[in-house]
Amino acid sequence: MILSLRKRAERAHRNDRVFLGIVYGSAGTFVLLILALLVQLILGSWQSIRTFGFAFLWTSQWNPVTSQFGALPLIFGTVVSSFIAILLAGIVGILAAAFLSDFAPREIARPLSFIIELLAAVPSVVYGLWGLFVLAPLMRVAIGPFLQHVLGWSPLFSGPIYGVGLLTAGIILALMILPTVTAISRDVIAAIPQDLREASMALGATKWETMRRVVLPAAKTGIFGALILALGRAVGETIAATMVIGNRPEIAASLFAPSYTLASVIANEFTEATTDVYLSALLELGLLLFIVSFIINALARLMMWTVFRGR
Amino acid sequence: MNVTTLAMPERTAPHKTSIHIRRLSSAFGVFITGLCASAAALAMLIILFYVAVQGSQALNVGFFTHLPRPVGIDGGGVANGIVGSAITVGIATLIATPVGVLIGIFLALFARGALAESVRFLADVLSGIPSIAIGLFAYALLVAPLHHFSAISAAFAFAVLMMPIIIRTSESAIASVPRTIREGALALGLSSYRATMHVIIPAARPAIITGVLLGIARITGETAPLLFTAFGSEFWELNPKNPMAELALQVFNYAISPYDSWHRQAWGGALILIVAVFALNLIARAILLPRRQR
Amino acid sequence: MQMQTTTRSLAARHLRAYYGKHLAIDGVNLEFPPQSVTALMGPSGCGKTTLLRCLNRIHELIPGARVEGSVLLDGEDVYDSDIRPIELRQRVGMVFQRPNPFPTLSIMGNATAGLSQHTRKDERRAIGESVLRKTGLWDQVKDRLDRPADMLSGGQQQRLCIARALAVQPEVLLMDEPTSALDPIATLSIEELMSALAADYTIVVVTHNMQQAARVSQHAAFMLNDETGVGRLVEFDETAKIFKNPKDRRTEDYITGRFG
Repeated sequence: MILSLRKRAERAHRNDRVFLGIVYGSAGTFVLLILALLVQLILGSWQSIRTFGFAFLWTSQWNPVTSQFGALPLIFGTVVSSFIAILLAGIVGILAAAFLSDFAPREIARPLSFIIELLAAVPSVVYGLWGLFVLAPLMRVAIGPFLQHVLGWSPLFSGPIYGVGLLTAGIILALMILPTVTAISRDVIAAIPQDLREASMALGATKWETMRRVVLPAAKTGIFGALILALGRAVGETIAATMVIGNRPEIAASLFAPSYTLASVIANEFTEATTDVYLSALLELGLLLFIVSFIINALARLMMWTVFRGR
Repeated sequence: MNVTTLAMPERTAPHKTSIHIRRLSSAFGVFITGLCASAAALAMLIILFYVAVQGSQALNVGFFTHLPRPVGIDGGGVANGIVGSAITVGIATLIATPVGVLIGIFLALFARGALAESVRFLADVLSGIPSIAIGLFAYALLVAPLHHFSAISAAFAFAVLMMPIIIRTSESAIASVPRTIREGALALGLSSYRATMHVIIPAARPAIITGVLLGIARITGETAPLLFTAFGSEFWELNPKNPMAELALQVFNYAISPYDSWHRQAWGGALILIVAVFALNLIARAILLPRRQR
Repeated sequence: MQMQTTTRSLAARHLRAYYGKHLAIDGVNLEFPPQSVTALMGPSGCGKTTLLRCLNRIHELIPGARVEGSVLLDGEDVYDSDIRPIELRQRVGMVFQRPNPFPTLSIMGNATAGLSQHTRKDERRAIGESVLRKTGLWDQVKDRLDRPADMLSGGQQQRLCIARALAVQPEVLLMDEPTSALDPIATLSIEELMSALAADYTIVVVTHNMQQAARVSQHAAFMLNDETGVGRLVEFDETAKIFKNPKDRRTEDYITGRFG
């Protein structure tokens, strides 16, 4: 009996080696996959990198006709629209998070949180649709003229209002990243130890003073991490942006002006790219997006790690 | 306190007012934050409202059963897009789930220290990469060498997009199975394979399924990678090796077209997408909730 | 289930166990008499559970944990021979402190969980019934064999775990404080089960309850942390002798309740 047991155990052990091989192999395949992604992007962009060099990043000409490709207008559009998004979503999101975490009673906080988190589930093309047919006309007819009336002295709000443009894209992006900012900030704020709040209240501080002077500063790092994560989403957002940004590769001072983002130019022009260098330039934009989002994610992760480590 | 009251009576009066102001500004602060939270929730409801109202106008039986028709001709539908999306999402799920769960097993049960951290880090990185870059990857790998678009390349891109979610939720699900269950299985003389697949995974199954559903919700409605992988089609297509119609692509193309009747179709498609995504999310939550109360 | 008495033996030799850099037990030399119950006693933290877990190589599953020395099962060193852990653990079964029935398996499924997958269905059910009878569960569960195991009470679950371990036909049964999570009535019935099983198995039971050790075991080992916090074997003898006439002063202190 012992002998057959030994043989069976030996067979089970060999099966286990296969099993472990498959498990480790999956992890290895995954790592290779991501490396392959990077390699493919680099290979594809090589022609463009060789042709335009680093000047690619600060040339402001994006002209498929003359095969002059510079990414500056696209970087500009991406940066500005994302900046607007982070500004709007940051303010609203952090304040909302404070409410949901500390001020609201559970019966209100739970359903509100739930609804806000549903925002994260909405597909990007639906946001784009809404932005194109609801927000853009509203911008052209009501919001834009109002802003121009009040702030028209500033070059930021000058010029013709088309409805689509940087500001509209910024607002739609803000909506899209709002649940991220709110949910993570709420978790970070809720994780701040209760005794900090109690100590503040015991000294006679009001709820709002406690939040502003004690809790939020304590949550600073985590909230910053949330903002950076949300920034990453805004930078990479393609479809909603391309539907409301106007798709014009130009740098202008006004927020009402149409613009172009790194992601939307790829989306719009990839299937039309006729020449090799055109395709390569678009792939180089993809590489840029990869690098930027990698850095942003690594940074966000670092911040989160320091936040949740000290617990 | 009494000394100051006697010596400087006017000190107490401004002190009281300042309390009032502070309380008022606190109430105002709470109000503003509540306003922000409500505004955010309101924005969601407004978008939902628009999609529901506009979208329902486009919905009829024909919308679900007919192929797209040229502009000007009534009765077109998105039937091929619905089917195409279902096929693409299905293939993507079939690819991503086993691989994702295996990596979850790796992280929760077998990997240690630096190895585990690196894989987790990469999964995190992957979740932040724009979907269009992943579409480019799928294009370079499966479209360009074969010289034609296909649903398979789209499914590949989708699978890559789903994987971080499935990896993360699987790892969490498996790690939540109590240690004593794992030790009990191994102490019984079960092989790692049997202990993992016959004892631990079944125990983690509800949470793993939730992760898969959330992964599916993530890719439903994802459009950017489709632009140069599945590419879309006007006709019925069931062979994944060919370009295939996708609902999200149809919504996008209809939306940016200049025709009102197509815009209406876009809303209709958007409504279908939102309903699908919300249903998946709600089902996923429903699976986890009763378990937690156990 | 009659077994040869002379060749079925379990012994620890110069056993040393680490959690990472921390040395938990050292210099343990112990022979577990077959067909009897040996109790491992000592205050908490003395290393008795660690020692137990070294006997079936469960200790090394903890990240960073390792073992030096040997454990001899029928003369073969389980740490350094052809014996795979899978085989070892089928020959040396374990029952844990908190009952741990597999949550997704039925009662019968749990009882037969350790059997080879090639076992025929009828044979499976027969073995399941046999071990459920042996642990006194059969009459209580025979109508709900296919129901989930977590419906059972704590004592019943622990019996199920014992039955599950027995179904694999081990030579040795390791029990890690098997009754500490149970009420007094269930505790007593498990102790009776232990005594009944002693005729056919070598049983090693870790217990922090001296009265239980006195009731249940024929031999007892007493362990204690030395000044550096390392667990060591202090004394090993027949239970009656240890409790009446402990050779070591420290054993005497423990037994008379002067500490621990």
